[in-house]
Amino acid sequence: MKIRVERDGLADAVAWVARSLPSRPPVPVLGGVLLDAGSDEGGEPGEALTVSGFDYEVSAQVGVPATIAAGGRTLVSGRLLADITKALPNRPVEIAVDGARVTITCGSSRFSLPTMPVEDYPQLPALPPRTGAVPGEVFGEAVSQVAVAAGKDDTLPMLTGVRLEIDGGTLTMVATDRFRLAMRQFPWEPEGSVEPTAVLVPARTLSEAAKTLGTAGGEVELALGSGDGLLGLAGAGKRTTTRLLDAEFPKYRQLLPAEHATAAIVEVAPFVEAVKRVSLVAERGTQVRLEFTESAVRLSAGGDDEGSAEEELPAELTGEPLTIAFNPGYLLDGLAAVRTDRAHLSFTTPSRPALLKPVTEDGNVAEGYLYLLMPVRLPG
Amino acid sequence: MGRSGDLPRELGRARRDGTPDDTGCVLLHVDMDAFYASVEVRERPELRGKPVVVGGAGPRGVVSSANYEARRYGVRSAMPGTRARRLCPHAVFLAPNFRRYQEVSRGVMAIFKDVTPLVEPLSLDEAFLDVSGALRRLGTTPAGIGELLRARVAAAHGITCSVGVAATKFVAKLASGMAKPDGMLVVPAAEIIDFLHPLPVSALWGVGARTAEQLERIGLRTVADIAAAPLPRLRRTLGVAMAEHLHALAQGRDERTVVPDAEEKSVGTEETFDTDLHDRAQLHRELLRLSERTAASLRGRGLRGRTVSIKVRFGDFRTITRSRTLAVATDVTHEVYETARQLFDTVPPEPVRLLGVRMEQLVVTARAAEQLSFDTPDRGWREADRAADAARSRFGSAAVAPASLLPRAGGSPDSRGT
Repeated sequence: MKIRVERDGLADAVAWVARSLPSRPPVPVLGGVLLDAGSDEGGEPGEALTVSGFDYEVSAQVGVPATIAAGGRTLVSGRLLADITKALPNRPVEIAVDGARVTITCGSSRFSLPTMPVEDYPQLPALPPRTGAVPGEVFGEAVSQVAVAAGKDDTLPMLTGVRLEIDGGTLTMVATDRFRLAMRQFPWEPEGSVEPTAVLVPARTLSEAAKTLGTAGGEVELALGSGDGLLGLAGAGKRTTTRLLDAEFPKYRQLLPAEHATAAIVEVAPFVEAVKRVSLVAERGTQVRLEFTESAVRLSAGGDDEGSAEEELPAELTGEPLTIAFNPGYLLDGLAAVRTDRAHLSFTTPSRPALLKPVTEDGNVAEGYLYLLMPVRLPG
Repeated sequence: MGRSGDLPRELGRARRDGTPDDTGCVLLHVDMDAFYASVEVRERPELRGKPVVVGGAGPRGVVSSANYEARRYGVRSAMPGTRARRLCPHAVFLAPNFRRYQEVSRGVMAIFKDVTPLVEPLSLDEAFLDVSGALRRLGTTPAGIGELLRARVAAAHGITCSVGVAATKFVAKLASGMAKPDGMLVVPAAEIIDFLHPLPVSALWGVGARTAEQLERIGLRTVADIAAAPLPRLRRTLGVAMAEHLHALAQGRDERTVVPDAEEKSVGTEETFDTDLHDRAQLHRELLRLSERTAASLRGRGLRGRTVSIKVRFGDFRTITRSRTLAVATDVTHEVYETARQLFDTVPPEPVRLLGVRMEQLVVTARAAEQLSFDTPDRGWREADRAADAARSRFGSAAVAPASLLPRAGGSPDSRGT
């Protein structure tokens, strides 16, 4: 193999693929990236080099335009190649394989790396058939709004995922860690008629993929094969697959409150600032108290021992006055996720879940997103 | 130990008659009597009735502890060993065995913690207890708890202790000193001033030989003298902080609360099996039993823990511990067990000699806020545990147990509980 490729395209491609590689690969080849020049696999016309990585959970593949003097495949350490390509000057890069070594030349820099046996490298899974497409920025926003509520505790695997539900022209994403639940629903374009489907995607992988594919402009294609346990995502020349979680997502629909006793509309930015300020005295993760009266909300935190803080903000209240307490981190996550200037907060009792929803410019509650948050029960 | 030597004893004794009013006297100071010496005498009954001195060996050694028989000859703790030998040549002098004292101390502190989580150990042999939260649960008064503690310590460890019962820490401490040995003294809230004022200034917390001398020089000999002295005069002699401190104490004011020991912040239990166990189902049942005991102990003390840790000793004595921190502190048997079992299932399947379950990162339930979760049912495991605890306290510890811990009924070898 002997090729010439632009430094920026190569560095981006290698960085993206290497990011999904395991930090401690169970076998050395899984820590490698596969460079494939001119084979039939993958790669659209003019993207003659494909860069791939796979650790049996996640695969990533991206095409890079290249001039091919001699085709071939080689496998090198992903981390090392990412560090090198990032550090190269902005000049054309030549990659040449000679026996068991690969030489990377750029300007006057020259690297010689050992290669790993290509024949030991697993076959990347094929992308499942295309199910439909979503505008990239919609997909990216939705995933980040929902993944924030996913659990990080691997002993509860069913909570570490984002549930994707496809029902005709509606795509629903939902995640919960038992303490809060985030749900986003939006219309999309399915490919032909699609059976109602629900899958559970590892939240961390989905977030990573959505960040890259969602910001590249264009559309994100979703690919869900029935029964192969994979979700494929593609966009902007990049494609990734992730193994689905084989776990039962909790029955969440019954958690969504049908009615409320108290509701308030708050300005998000000043509210966020106030929560951050008063929770400075709330020792690691203790609660911030919200006291809603007719026209204001009083925030307070702390106590006699650790110091206390309070702050009052205007709020439009309907219904009964109410005092409720939350973990400030969870509350801030929800306020950051509504993505509008104002938020609608509704409550039933101080020990039942509270609901946060975005509010449109004209003051109406915007449907399509909700963040459900369990309160903290105060002592006594 | 032994710091009460200068206090007038008659006073305390006189007040032990009748039943003093202990309303509001929720602070207890419990002090072991001649602790090290008592432990030694317990271990060697042939020493009973003889003067025993612990420590004081070598040319520079000082006495760590002397029993009351030795004190009759004037031997005191912190006295040079050479002097103790001159005062009481026929006393039995022993080298201290601190490991043993620590072990007894742990046992005694555990008795205190069974009564209230608010225990502040001052050293191996004394502690402050705030029993305000335990009165209703135990259906008794502070003095009743004092007698209960004295009886339990004597029964479990064969040594005696003295208890001071008062509304403030320093009066409780003075009272235990006056009650010694093997006694209890209640200082009713209304009598604090009468109790304090006749005492010498050295009775006040913070007054050592030098301060006592300074006070003597300006004519202040008793606590009453200090209480009556104008503050500016005290300030000139002692400095602002000390003057205000002593003035407050002399009026019977002491705002200090009981600060539970930060060191011993874990609750747990372990068991060594008669023969090594290798059957996983049986080991799971043992884990459930230990989790149940640990969680019940947390609930009894009004505590919850965030970190579950297990200890496994294999047949070849290799010992490992594994722990996991939960999102929310718990005292629920089921939650402790689920986590302990998950931890245990990561351990190699080898014969097990010992299993232990321990909860760390404890919080006092009454003071802790609780992050609710979607699966916190209105009446869930916690309520079930409380009901079981209540039944056990009425009918004994065998009254309620998880079904899988019940003796197997014939004919259903595969019956499973939880």
